[in-house]
Amino acid sequence: MTILSEQKSKTLLAKVLKYSKADEIECNLEGKVGGNIRYARNTVSTAGEESDLELIVQSTFGKRMGVATINEFDDASLEKVVRRSEELAKLAPENEELMPLFGKQKYSDSKTFFESTANVTPDDRAEAAASSITPSKKNKLVAAGFLEEAVTFSAIMNNKGLFAYNKATDVDFSVTIRTEDGKGSGWATRNFSDYKLLDTAKASDIAITKSMGSVDAKAMEPGKYTVILEPAASVGLIRNMMRSFEQRSADEGRSFLSYKAKDGEDSEKAPKNKLGQKMFDERVNIYSDPQHPIAPTAPFSGNGYPLAKTEWIKDGVIANMPNSPYWAKKTGMPYVPRGENIIMIGGDESLQDMIKSTRRGVLVTRLWYIRALDPQTLLYTGLTRDGTFYIENGKIKYPIKNFRFNESPIVMLNNIEALGKPERIDGHMIPPMKIRDFTFSSLSDAV
Amino acid sequence: MERRDFIKIGGAGMGALMLPLSGIAVSADQMLDKPMDVAYKKKLADIALNAAKAKGATYADARIGRYLNQFVTTRETRVDNIVNTESAGIGVRVIANGTWGFASTSNMTPDSVAQAAERAVAVAMANSKFQTSPVKLAPVKGVGEVSWQTPIKKNAMEVPIKDKVDLLLSVNDAAMSNGANYITSILFLVNEQKYFASTDGSYIDQDIHRLWAPFFATGIGKNGFKQRNALGNPVGMGFEYLDGLEKDKVRISGAGVGYNNSYDMVEDAAAAGKQLKKKLAAKSVEPGKYDLVLDPAHLMLTIHESVGHPLELDRVLGYEANYAGTSFATLDKWKSGKFQYGSDIVNLFADKTQPYSLGNVGYDDEGVKTKQWDLVKDGILVNYQATRDQVHMIDQNESHGCSYSQSWRDVQFQRMSNVSLKPNEKDISAEDVIKDVEKGIYIAGRGSFSIDQQRYNFQFGGQLFYEIKDGKIVDQIEDVAYQSNTQEFWNKCTQLAGKSDYRVGGSFFDGKGQPSQVSAVSHGCPTTRFNDINVINTARNV
Repeated sequence: MTILSEQKSKTLLAKVLKYSKADEIECNLEGKVGGNIRYARNTVSTAGEESDLELIVQSTFGKRMGVATINEFDDASLEKVVRRSEELAKLAPENEELMPLFGKQKYSDSKTFFESTANVTPDDRAEAAASSITPSKKNKLVAAGFLEEAVTFSAIMNNKGLFAYNKATDVDFSVTIRTEDGKGSGWATRNFSDYKLLDTAKASDIAITKSMGSVDAKAMEPGKYTVILEPAASVGLIRNMMRSFEQRSADEGRSFLSYKAKDGEDSEKAPKNKLGQKMFDERVNIYSDPQHPIAPTAPFSGNGYPLAKTEWIKDGVIANMPNSPYWAKKTGMPYVPRGENIIMIGGDESLQDMIKSTRRGVLVTRLWYIRALDPQTLLYTGLTRDGTFYIENGKIKYPIKNFRFNESPIVMLNNIEALGKPERIDGHMIPPMKIRDFTFSSLSDAV
Repeated sequence: MERRDFIKIGGAGMGALMLPLSGIAVSADQMLDKPMDVAYKKKLADIALNAAKAKGATYADARIGRYLNQFVTTRETRVDNIVNTESAGIGVRVIANGTWGFASTSNMTPDSVAQAAERAVAVAMANSKFQTSPVKLAPVKGVGEVSWQTPIKKNAMEVPIKDKVDLLLSVNDAAMSNGANYITSILFLVNEQKYFASTDGSYIDQDIHRLWAPFFATGIGKNGFKQRNALGNPVGMGFEYLDGLEKDKVRISGAGVGYNNSYDMVEDAAAAGKQLKKKLAAKSVEPGKYDLVLDPAHLMLTIHESVGHPLELDRVLGYEANYAGTSFATLDKWKSGKFQYGSDIVNLFADKTQPYSLGNVGYDDEGVKTKQWDLVKDGILVNYQATRDQVHMIDQNESHGCSYSQSWRDVQFQRMSNVSLKPNEKDISAEDVIKDVEKGIYIAGRGSFSIDQQRYNFQFGGQLFYEIKDGKIVDQIEDVAYQSNTQEFWNKCTQLAGKSDYRVGGSFFDGKGQPSQVSAVSHGCPTTRFNDINVINTARNV
């Protein structure tokens, strides 16, 4: 068993700390027990289970730091890993940006663990595969999918009094269902902390409907279209944008959040970044919150600092930017750790409601192979995939060929027509979005 | 994958590059530990194979691996991180009831190894209820006890940390004293010590080395910022790759230096600093049709995406449908014997024996001796890349040797071979390829790349763009990306430079599979011209 309880983690880490001769020592203990099943061509292709436990020790002498890790836990091994991290610290060059460790912290409750996910069996996984394969065979379709679930835990302790512990569960499911002639393809994905919320048959059914409905797609001229992006379609662009949210690169002049001094403005006195500026439609509100009931995360970050609800974009205005303890101190700002989830506020409309209220538009199931073109405008390219449909007068009219898009989430979040009810996707909460003037630059023959 | 499986290296120049960190960190001295005794590895492997057979396996293989990585990361004038990792264990793969099963363990006691083999058989038996047709393996004759090593001159793991740090800090200094405002430079060193044994009677001990030394430089100007990444290649070599030998430099008049099997990282960083200043002042490209002349350090990635991936047989058959996708290069196109993948000067071949390449090994991860074979001959699609259990589906009875697993922990599956473009038989230069171009763009270095899930429509950027006018490189331009369709693009290939210009580039972290695994693969090619390609402008006001 590689999932240690809070008490067992505390006892083990306290023992490790006793071996330390360094100025500062911090240890992370991380474990995982999980399983997966993969299927394709209507048959299981691979399946496996994995378990892992690892101890990471960071020792510091002045401004020199060394890190060593081990996966053996007898006393001799524990002492060895501490000595090793101390040796590395003595060899490392001084790093003037190294900051002292945090002391004892208070954390909010964790909501990340669900017994239902911890109790998943190989038979459950096989059933998930069957829930795609059986109806696919019946409809002369071909299913390929993947289910992976895991229990993980992490514990942190240092010699300044800090101790943090969290246990979490997670399940990911995705399925692609194609017609036998390869002319239609549909896809669905689900991600939860609680296995009880996962309905693989329902998800497979959506993929089947999209697969059969996407046969003989028509070609439409590339150009600017009103689009309805399902949460799986917009999450990639939103996540990329949020990864670029960072104070230091903004202050250094190499981010979309960097402030460019206006003509005649004294660049020395001008702000370095766009904190407090309105960049998006006022309906855009994005925050992180470890306590979110559907998409919870651990209540602390990797360095043991407590995570609380933090707003990043409030009514379209840049409300906060994550930074490092070093950069926070250097710029006189509060330390703002990066959140683990992205929660975007939406509305009450369902996807169906949004389609109903659309005169002409394109429904996009997902975006694929998203790559940055220009980090200063956050212009990205990529393609639609596995279910792209033309909407006319409130109804899906016919399937259309996939498009390549060249678009920036900054533009996208300024061209909002409507936001629907958020759904969990990849650990985040993202609403379906109706966006006007979304730029498709060319057609793709891919199905 | 889990967050702890990655080291995240920030810096705007790289976006947020997520790097797989398979294994556990160890101290530098431990990196020099002797590999496990071969006789002991054979004993453990035999325990696994016998345990599998005893439980009913009709075939079994065991991979005992010790995977060492070292990453050194610097930023401007300081060292950000030095990470040493080691991971060791055994993976056992079996066929039972005509179905694959796999299990692995880091506990290399005889009992634990036997239990892993038994678990693999149990998994195979459990999954066999879904099996529609039994696994059919192409025959492989056991090779007995053999060994193979990457032909390195200097073991990078043995080079002192101080020398590595000094090199990277001098790279950073060269870039910054020539115009860069920020730079991140990194050394990635990999050593795979792999032992393979199978019930076919093979016991193969391999010692594989790879190295990559990228940098990411940023220049800031009045109206924004620009980036210039390193033009060096990831390679299957030792630390000697960083010697920067003159004989491996190719100078393109008006453009700069390209590197083959030896890289002058400090020289490239100094050039990056100067080129950043020009990039900040360069004119933005006028969109339209251009003749493109593509430098090998750029074209390698176009080959990777538009030839390497679509010709992987597992994609063609649908095994990757839920993740990486399928392929436009379907079996009927191949069977016709007439599918014009490219113009008749296009010859693309797969080759895992190519020295200094990332995919160079003696045997693949299912014990198949590596070889060279044609994929596209005189423009026609002639073959795919396949593993032992796949080749019968294309009426062949010899595996191509394309099986690979990123570690002992993960199951091996079909991965891309080195795929390369044959140079012109006439040994003409890059300048000869440029001289007939009236209106064109010369592109060097890998930039943004995106392609659809069947590999038709793609859009690629680069690091350096030069306008070509009346057969000569004129000046740097910016904001260039080209969009095309794979078959259309390769049919517009009109000229290739010769073997003196042929260089090998590669991809160090190519992702595929669920759970996702990385592999490293190289692509050789000469400077090559493609006529009349659609170029777009990537600048935008927001």
